[in-house]
Amino acid sequence: MPSAVRGALIIASKDLLLEFRSRTAFLSSLAFTALVLAIFNFARDPTVTSAADLAPGILWITFCFAGLLGLNRAFALERENRTLEGLLLSPVSRSSIYLGKAFANLVFVGLVEAVALPLFALFFAVPVTPVLGPLLGVMALATVGFVAVGTLLSAIAVSTRFAELMLPVLMLPFLVPPITSAVQVTSRLFAGRPFSELAPWLKLLGGYDIVVVVTALLIFEFTLDE
Amino acid sequence: MTDTTADLKVEDLARSFGHVRALRGVSFTVAPGEVLAIFGPNGAGKTTLLRLLAGVLRADRGSVRIAGSALLRGDPAQRRRIGLISHASLCYDGLTAAENLEFYARLYGLAAPREAAARALDSVGLADRASSPAGTMSRGMQQRLAIARALLHEPEIVLLDEPFTGLDQRAAGALREQLGRLRAERRTVVIVTHNLDEGLELATHVAIQVAGRFVECAPRAGDPAWYRARYAEATAHA
Amino acid sequence: MTAIDVAQRSVRRSGAFALGSLALMAAVYVRALAFTPPEATQGQAQKIFYIHAPSAWVAFLAFGIVGICSILYLALKEPRLDRLAASAAEVGVVFTTGVLITGPIWARPIWGWWWTWDARLTSTLFLWFIYFGYLVLRGAVQEPGQRARFAAVLGILGALLVPFIHVTVYLFRTLHPMPVVLNVNGPQLPPAMLTTLLFSFSAFTLFFATLLWQRYAQATLTEARAAAQAEADDRA
Repeated sequence: MPSAVRGALIIASKDLLLEFRSRTAFLSSLAFTALVLAIFNFARDPTVTSAADLAPGILWITFCFAGLLGLNRAFALERENRTLEGLLLSPVSRSSIYLGKAFANLVFVGLVEAVALPLFALFFAVPVTPVLGPLLGVMALATVGFVAVGTLLSAIAVSTRFAELMLPVLMLPFLVPPITSAVQVTSRLFAGRPFSELAPWLKLLGGYDIVVVVTALLIFEFTLDE
Repeated sequence: MTDTTADLKVEDLARSFGHVRALRGVSFTVAPGEVLAIFGPNGAGKTTLLRLLAGVLRADRGSVRIAGSALLRGDPAQRRRIGLISHASLCYDGLTAAENLEFYARLYGLAAPREAAARALDSVGLADRASSPAGTMSRGMQQRLAIARALLHEPEIVLLDEPFTGLDQRAAGALREQLGRLRAERRTVVIVTHNLDEGLELATHVAIQVAGRFVECAPRAGDPAWYRARYAEATAHA
Repeated sequence: MTAIDVAQRSVRRSGAFALGSLALMAAVYVRALAFTPPEATQGQAQKIFYIHAPSAWVAFLAFGIVGICSILYLALKEPRLDRLAASAAEVGVVFTTGVLITGPIWARPIWGWWWTWDARLTSTLFLWFIYFGYLVLRGAVQEPGQRARFAAVLGILGALLVPFIHVTVYLFRTLHPMPVVLNVNGPQLPPAMLTTLLFSFSAFTLFFATLLWQRYAQATLTEARAAAQAEADDRA
């Protein structure tokens, strides 16, 4: 296994161990997600607007909110414990630090999504199971793009004074391509549209993911003290 | 216990942060078995110097050489030869002492991380606190944990940044003992402190740093009173 | 001459050029309003196009400069590149705001509402948010070296994001046809209008260049003063 990945897994497992030992951030994200979904129900008149029209948007906005909450924790953890220096002193490469944090974020956000999806299907009576496979696929693609950019930006935001405010401000423009694509694909999946209609959006998502991950790997080291 | 030793050679090291010239050209050599104590007031650039030595900060000018080869910021192999004991323990509050050390052991690529961690805990007398979360330990115990973490990979160069901060008598004594052991093991030690009394006792060489420069750097050759006077004189101008 | 004197001279000179190009812009407006025929269907309202289109071009050009300076800064660590990027961002956001103001002014009489999610306006809206994040980040970091590095990282990311936003908006629009405010590839422009348009593009680009120069010169002056101050403090 390449050493960069090995280092990343060591860091990611440490992060996840800490995260699930305290569980605060995770449970808060879950509770928040459930709340947001519930509030959306009151944001519409069920007799006028059908769930099917709004459902894809609701799902992805909910994922966004939950994801934004979770992204900050990766580097906030190091700042609170003042341990970033320890990572920088060790022989682990800077890319490993980025990958490790990104892996941990991916697991965290992925788990929140895994709980949010059935809840969403329940609250809005959306038949998710017939398209579950493709839906999980697009969720994976969009989440990778989201986490890749978010991890990089949170490394920057954590060093500023209003870190929790800074991250959303920086992140939100970067969510437009992946989230728009995800919503478009999701709504077409629910409507049973043919694959040819999904293809352009999937290509956009895939291209975005590749560009963002490669760029992040290349420039992450510049976010660290030198 | 490794038999390898390495000397530390610094030449004209300088670093600025924007317009602030933290370090303005510092040169010295520390040989294995020597302990260089650097004294200086706040703002003298001591922490900057130490971070440059640790390879965490990049220098604007000058070089740091370990056993002849230059310390390049991107090079992981060189980082294995350095251990840093800071006044922060660099340990995670939520992990136990053993888990913290195992994490670092894995990060440094040690062969048997769990055993190495257990050995390190033993050597600082924390074996019975292996399962305590680091956040619940007293300052003295955290310092011992920090020492265990720094020496886990048996570095030839050991750097200490204000290690006596916040330690009580007993803990300070334990630290002094540990430093004596490092000297006996022929490691190359640099300790930065503003506590003259603590640092002088262990030093083989003494330097006084003021405003980014060394105003004094020589083998230890005077009594504490002489050094106190010299230090007061040097810092009076700052 | 000291660095401060050089910087001050640069500020004065660039200021003179900026005034000059402003006069050129005024000439463009005069030509656009008085000497160019109004468009058949839209009437006089269409003339805002001569301000709107070049502003959009400059807005995106400015961020392109931010992106290139960011890459070069990370490679070369030259503070002047960081200063140029910051200047380009400040001037660029002003032009972007201009686009977002002139667009709705144009849309209202034509389509009956100020904002119709026109593809190009939507892209420009997100460009504005990217600028905003970039400037807010710069304001939030104190240490100059760290600020330059962070800004460069964000500058590169932002510059890469812009084409993706274009594609997203374009894909969305082809599947959901919406009113088009700005149609550059529309029917052949008669020669008089084309000339005015080209004149306008050149004038705007020139104006942008002089503003950028002036902002950069001011930043250099501020920097020179701060350096002199630090030098004086140091010796004390």
